[in-house]
This record gives sequence, C-alpha cells and structure tokens, in this order.
Amino acid sequence: MTTDTITREIPAFAREPETTRKLCIICSKGTLDMTYPGLVLANSALGEGVEVDMFFTFWGLDIVTKRRMGKLKTTPVGNTAMHMPQLLGVIPGMASLASTMMRKQIAGLGIPDVPEFLDTVVAAGARLWACKMSYDMMKLEEGDLYGGVLGVISAADFIEMSEGAQIIFV
Amino acid sequence: MSTATISGREVRVDEEGFMVDPTEWSETLAADLANRVDIAELTPAHWTVIRFLRADFDQMGETATLRRVSTSTGIGTKELFDLFPKKPAKKMAFVAGLPKPKGCV
Repeated sequence: MTTDTITREIPAFAREPETTRKLCIICSKGTLDMTYPGLVLANSALGEGVEVDMFFTFWGLDIVTKRRMGKLKTTPVGNTAMHMPQLLGVIPGMASLASTMMRKQIAGLGIPDVPEFLDTVVAAGARLWACKMSYDMMKLEEGDLYGGVLGVISAADFIEMSEGAQIIFV
Repeated sequence: MSTATISGREVRVDEEGFMVDPTEWSETLAADLANRVDIAELTPAHWTVIRFLRADFDQMGETATLRRVSTSTGIGTKELFDLFPKKPAKKMAFVAGLPKPKGCV
C-alpha cells in the first residue's frame, strides 16, 4: 500500500484535460430503437465533461419534430435482430406492439422517454442542430421543431463545426 | 488499492481515487474531498445531493446515477452540472465517499 500524503491531490478523473474533448453525433434514424444510442452516448459524454453537438438528419429529424418525437416506433419487419419470423412482423398492430414493449423495457430501466431525454441532454449542455436539406425535404417550419434545437444548418456548416471532434454516426 | 490522507485521516481508495469503504467517510471529510475536485464550498444544495446519495446507497447497494439523483431530489440536470461541474456523477460520488455510478443514464 502506498500512502498519498499530499492533502490536496486531485484524483485523475477530475484533472483538467489540455483541450476539451468534442463529440458530434449524427442521428439519421427515426425508429425508437435507433433514437437511444445517440441520446445515451450524448448523455454519457456530457457527464464526462465532453462537449456534444447532435445533428439530426433525414429520419433523425423525427426525434426533434414536436408532433413525432413522442410517437417513435420500431418494427420487426426487415429487422432480423428482433428474432421474430418476418411474416409475423407484418401483421397489423405488430409495430405498435413491438414499440410499446420496447418503451416499457426502456422505462423499466429508468431511462427517460425521448422528449424528456432531449430536455436532459440540453440541460446538460448538448447543442442540437437540424439538417437543412432534410428540413426542406420534409417541408418543416420553425415551430415544428423541439424548442431545444439551436438552428437548421447545412452539411458544410456541420463539417466546419465538427472540426477536431470525434464523430458518431447513428 | 492504496490509502489517501483526507482531513488528516487515512482512508482506503481505489486506483481512481474513489473511497472503497463507505463507512470510512464522514461529513467532515466531504469538504476536503470537494476541494480536490475544485468545489470550493459545499452549499445546502450540495449537501442535499450528498445526503441523498449516501441514503440511497444504503438502500440500493449501489451509487445512484445522475438521473436518479435529479428525479429524487428535484434538483434539475442543469443545476447538478452547476454544483458539480464537468463530471457531475463522478464528482458527487467522490465527495460522498461512494463508488462511481455504474448505470448509463
């Protein structure tokens, strides 16, 4: 056993890094299951003092679209990872059932629903951005987007902003 | 595992500096621990969090995640980041003499 006699020693996790780490997360999917990887990683990164920018593009825009964000769904169709015969997946109501089951499992672990999770990551300092191309394609207007979105930006803007950052594509 | 001297007392810590035995902690140690993670002063809000963490650890056998702290104490995420800047979950566990939380959210 060694004895640390310096009474003011800073533990390793609390030492200031030379540069602040930056993470950019691109959310391109709008299914319930594919929403959580981005949000959980963002939340964990923020909790480690990492700066986080999230870029919502294509179906990922649904995550920050007010009328859709509370109703994201998942489906076993085409998703063999859900271990269900594909023909069963197309039965009417299956997508809703799968989505309800997934929501319950997520809530059972104490993980918030999408709107609350967005509030949490924004409160923790995440910056949220909507993709201009997708925004135009889906004919959205400013009022359609979740209040925490800072702006609608282009791909070039995103490339500039992500300089020096690690990028995760979901 | 090694020991650290906190407020003149020797306590056991793991490789990351977190206390390994919650019973070795006392409220007088908290101020010194807080200084080590750059928190100059423990306000009543800090104490609400610390006391919740200790009580919850006794009950649940594991350190609460940031979200659990927020929903249970009513202190919002933003304020928790203000109280324990940059790495709130780790800092609050450290100051409370508890292991770092394992949960994801």
